Amino acid sequence: MSTAPAEVDLPRSADKPVSDRPWVTIVWNDPVNLMSYVTYVFQHVFGYPKKKATKLMLDVHHKGKAVVAAGAREAMEHNVEVLHGYGLWATVRQDK
Amino acid sequence: MEPFRSVRGGGARAWLAAAEASLLRNLVGQIMTLVEPGASDPHRGDPQGGNPRSGKSQRGNPRPDDLDALEAMLYPPGAAQAPEDPVLARLLPDAYSDDPEAAGEFRKYTEPALRSAKYEVAKQLLDTLPEAGGRIQLSNDEALAWLKALNDVRLALGVRLGVTEEFEQEWAKLKPDDPQWTAYEVYAWLGAVQESLVQALA
Repeated sequence: MSTAPAEVDLPRSADKPVSDRPWVTIVWNDPVNLMSYVTYVFQHVFGYPKKKATKLMLDVHHKGKAVVAAGAREAMEHNVEVLHGYGLWATVRQDK
Repeated sequence: MEPFRSVRGGGARAWLAAAEASLLRNLVGQIMTLVEPGASDPHRGDPQGGNPRSGKSQRGNPRPDDLDALEAMLYPPGAAQAPEDPVLARLLPDAYSDDPEAAGEFRKYTEPALRSAKYEVAKQLLDTLPEAGGRIQLSNDEALAWLKALNDVRLALGVRLGVTEEFEQEWAKLKPDDPQWTAYEVYAWLGAVQESLVQALA
C-alpha cells in the first residue's frame, strides 16, 4: 500500500504549455553507408515504397540529414534503436 | 569471390575463396570483441574506483539512502557516457544530438541491448561462413544478419581509415606500398560484397 500525496500541484494556465509538437527521427549522412543499403533499410524498417525510400536516402546524402519519421517520442526512440542496429546514424528530436 | 545472387524462394548465395573467408572471419571477430556486452571501453569511465559492486558490503544488506545510489548499483560507472573510442562511438552513437542528458539516459537503458544485437548478427555471420570458404547459402534472416554485420565492419574500418565520400580518389592517391593501401582494398572489397547482397535481396 502506498500513500497519496496530501496535495497535488495542479498546473496553472501560465505553465501549462505542454508542447504538442511531434517528435522526429533524423538520419544523418555518413561516408560509409552504401546508398543502396540506406534505401533498403528505409524500405525494410518503415515499410516505405522504394520511391519514397530513395528520395529520403537522397535527402540524407545531399542535405546532410533528413527527417524519416514523426510521431510519439517513444516510437521515435524505438526507431533510433532499430536504425542503430543497422548501423545508420540516427537521432531523436522534438520538431521545431 | 562470386558476388551474392538472389535465390528463388528467398535468401541469397555467394562463393568466397578461403583467404576471403578467413579475412572476413578475422574482421567480424574483432567487431564481436569490441561490442561484446560487458566488454569495457578502456577509455570510458573508471573501471576500478567508484564501482559499487566491488565493495564487500554489497553482499550484506545494502540500504541505499537515495535513488542515485540504487541506480549506481544497477548500472556500471560510465553507462551513460558515449564511448571515447571513435569506432565504438560510431557503432553505438548518441540518440540525441542536442540533449546530452537525454542521450545519456537513452544510452544507459539501450546500449547493452544494442551491443547484444550487434554481437548476435556477427555471430550469425560466422556461423554461416564456411571455415575454409566456398559456397555460402543464406536464408532471408541470415542475409539480414550478414548485411548488418558487414556494415558494422565497414563502419569500423571506415572510421579507422577516416574515409570520406571521396573514398575512391583517396585510395587512388595512395601508393601500393603505403601501409594503408591493403586496408583500403579490404574496405572496397567489403563494400562490393555488401552491395551485391543488398541487390540480391532488393
